[in-house]
Amino acid sequence: MTVLRIPTPLRAYTGGKSEVIVSGAYVLDTLTDLTSQYPAIKPHLFNESGELRPFVNLFVGESNIKDLQGVETPIKDGDRLMLIPSVAGGAYPHPSLLPKGEGTQTPFSFREKGRG
Amino acid sequence: MTLLDFRLIESDFIPMDGLVSHVGNTPLLPLRRVTRDLPAKTRVFAKAEWFNPGGSVKARPALNILHTAIANGDLGNGKRLLDSTSGNMGIAYATFGATLGISVTLAVPANASPERIMLLRALGAEVILTDPIEGSDGAILKARELAEENPGLYWYANQYNNPANWQAHYLSTGPEIAAQTNGQTTHFIAGLGTSGTLMGTGRYLREQLSGIKIIAFQPDASFHGLEGLKHMPSAIKPGIYDDSFADEQLTVKTEAAHEMARRLAREEGLFVGISAGAAAVAALEVASRLEEGVVVTVFPDAGYKYLSDKNLWEGK
Repeated sequence: MTVLRIPTPLRAYTGGKSEVIVSGAYVLDTLTDLTSQYPAIKPHLFNESGELRPFVNLFVGESNIKDLQGVETPIKDGDRLMLIPSVAGGAYPHPSLLPKGEGTQTPFSFREKGRG
Repeated sequence: MTLLDFRLIESDFIPMDGLVSHVGNTPLLPLRRVTRDLPAKTRVFAKAEWFNPGGSVKARPALNILHTAIANGDLGNGKRLLDSTSGNMGIAYATFGATLGISVTLAVPANASPERIMLLRALGAEVILTDPIEGSDGAILKARELAEENPGLYWYANQYNNPANWQAHYLSTGPEIAAQTNGQTTHFIAGLGTSGTLMGTGRYLREQLSGIKIIAFQPDASFHGLEGLKHMPSAIKPGIYDDSFADEQLTVKTEAAHEMARRLAREEGLFVGISAGAAAVAALEVASRLEEGVVVTVFPDAGYKYLSDKNLWEGK
C-alpha cells in the first residue's frame, strides 16, 4: 500500500481527499487503482489512448517519474507518491484565500464541473 | 551586405539609458505558415514579448509596479519587494530590482524548475520555496503571511491585485498594437493569468478602435499544463480581473497548446513557450471563423525555460 498525495485542483475528484491509499507494484498499477477508486479523475490524468497526459508530473519520493522509468517505475513499500500541479495558475482556491462571505466568485459554475 | 561603419556614429552619443528603456516596443510578427488555410484577407499577428529585458511580457507590469511603488514611496526606503510567483514575473522583478537597487523576495512553489530558481538567485533575489502540492496558491499564502508578519521589512507587490499591472498594458501594449496595425486590429486575444494583459491592452484598444472584439482564453480544466495561465473557475479570482470584460471566452487544452508550440518552432521559426502555443490556438480558432480581419495576440515568452520538458518538444 502506498500513499498518493493529491493536489488541490484534483481533490474535487477524490471527494476532497488530499491523500489516497493505492496499491500496485508499478506506477501504472497505482494510478489504475486510483482511477478505479475515483473514475472521474481518469480523463484528467490519461488521454483517450490510455497514455499519461504529457503535463502530468508524478513524483516518487523526490524524483519525477519522467526522470525514472515513467509509468513503469517500480514502487517500493513505503514510497510516497505525489501528483504535482503545473507551477503557475489554476490551483483550486485554498479556503483561507477566498474572500470572507463569498463562495465562488467566478464566471462559471463549479457545480456543473462536478465540484459540488 | 555591408558592415556598419562605426566611424559614422557620433562618438559623443553613448546611450546611458539602461535596461528599463528597452521594455516594450516589441516586434509584431505575422504568422505565415500555420495560417495557410485561412482566407487571404484574414491575418494573424503576435507580439513577440520575449524581446523584453528579462525575456517575457512580465517586464511591462513588473517595471510599472516597481516605478509606481517608488513614486509612491512604498519602495526605495529600504523595504524589500515581496511577491509570490513561479515564473516570469519573478524573473522580471529580480531583473529590474537589480537594475533599480531594490531587494526582492519571492515565494515560489518548490516544483518550479531548477533553472528558474537558479536564475532568480543569480539575479540576487531571495527565494522562499513553498509546498509544491499547494501550487501557486501555497506561494500566495506564504507571501501574505510574510507581509503580515513583517510590515517593516516587506512591501507586498501583489501582482494579482495591483492596478499598476494592467495599467502597464494600457500604457504600452495597447498603444503599440494600435500603432503597429495602423488601427486595423479587429480582434485581440489574450490568455488569463493575472488578467493584466487582457484588461489593460483590451481597455485601451476598445477605447481607440471601434468594433474591436476582445477575447479571453484560459485552460480547459483545473488540472492543466499551461504555465502562467489560470483556470478561473477553480482559481482565486485576481482583483484586477473583470469577468464581464471580454466579448468572448475560449478554453484551450494543454495538448493543443503543446502541439502548436512545436508547429510554431518548426513551421514559423518561433521558439516560444507553452502559453504562446495556447495563444496561437485561440487566435487561429477566432481567425478561422472570419472572412477577413486582423487578429492580434501576445506570445508571452520564448521556449528556453521549457526545454527540460521532453514530452513537449519531442512529441509529434
